[in-house]
Amino acid sequence: MRITVDEAKCCGAGQCVLIAPGVFDQRDEDGIVVLLAETPAPALNEAVREAAAVCPAAAIHLVEP
Amino acid sequence: MTCSSAASRESSGPALGFPLPVYVICDMLGVPAGDRDRFAYWSDTLLNLTRYGQAEIDAAQAEFVQYMSGHIAAKRAEPGEDLLSELIAAGDADNGGLSDIQLLATGMGLLVAGHETTANMIGKMVGMLLADRTRWERLLADPSLVRTAVEEALRFDANAGFGMPRYLREESEVGGTVLPRGTTVVCSMAAANRDESVFDGADEMDLSRSPNPHLAFGAGPHSCLGQALARTELQVVLEVLLRRLPSLELAVPAEELQRVEGLAIGGLREIPVRW
Ligand code: HEM
Ligand code: SF4
Repeated sequence: MRITVDEAKCCGAGQCVLIAPGVFDQRDEDGIVVLLAETPAPALNEAVREAAAVCPAAAIHLVEP
Repeated sequence: MTCSSAASRESSGPALGFPLPVYVICDMLGVPAGDRDRFAYWSDTLLNLTRYGQAEIDAAQAEFVQYMSGHIAAKRAEPGEDLLSELIAAGDADNGGLSDIQLLATGMGLLVAGHETTANMIGKMVGMLLADRTRWERLLADPSLVRTAVEEALRFDANAGFGMPRYLREESEVGGTVLPRGTTVVCSMAAANRDESVFDGADEMDLSRSPNPHLAFGAGPHSCLGQALARTELQVVLEVLLRRLPSLELAVPAEELQRVEGLAIGGLREIPVRW
């Protein structure tokens, strides 16, 4: 799985970080999403899908192989 | 968190009542356990449109403001592990932080936004899962469905409330209808959540639905601030009920429940059950 995030759409809600802390972080200054792992370990796929699903700004895109 | 603290027997026979959300908010605000019932009462007077007279509401508001002012002063003097102490530590109004009046409004806002909504949703979720008991049985057989079941309950809830008013700053098109700029619209999340073009079998409750892009918490920068907490509360309640009360069932026919659901605000406050 490959993740991209759209910083322009992100509203800093931090839902992604709560669900998949190893994959997403937020910038200290403004809370905008920081992608820590573009291709996460398969064990994290489920959490990443959930993060993408609940992101209130639809800022997380997944490309599944 | 034990189930017995979340369940209580009520006067109309065995029933589940859910003080849990107000306990959680009190905890978050550092309010001692002994004062929770007063919080629940204040919250109720602020939100219930029919139960109280104006004098009662005014008195309750004044009490609540007085309590919170004292509580905030106490937290300033002696900070704890709670949200208010954190907000106070972040600086006062002169340093980009919150003034006392803003802290007060934050505390009241969290109570109002997070209590009734979650309490009602817990009731509606349990009601929906028991109304067709094959749903409950499916969860008993596979508790790993709790997370998706909670999302599906949020989506499926037909009684989500009035909807969100929005002012259109530019012309928009919805379902083939052009809405001119300057229109105020009410967005029905409940209707969007049953949109056949988004959800396969939108009228079916599918406990394993995924992805589930429902709008129960709104969308965008002002979507529900408490959604992670609300999800956690719903998941924990459901997990614990499945584990502790697997034999749970409705004590009244589901149709009677629907009649309760038909009432104006807020869904099922009381679900008569037995176990
Ligand atoms: C199942 C329970 C809940 C539901 C269904 C719910 C639903 C909503 C909805 C629909 C909105 C408006 C979103 C929008 O305008 O786009 C909202 C906003 C909000 N909610 Fe919730 N909510 C729940 C629980 C909570 C909890 C537990 C808290 C806090 C402890 C909370 C705090 C808030 C706040 C502060 C806002 C305003 C956000 C803003 O305007 O930026 N909610 N909620
Ligand atoms: S959940 Fe979405 S909006 Fe919120 S921080 Fe993550 S990417 Fe940004």
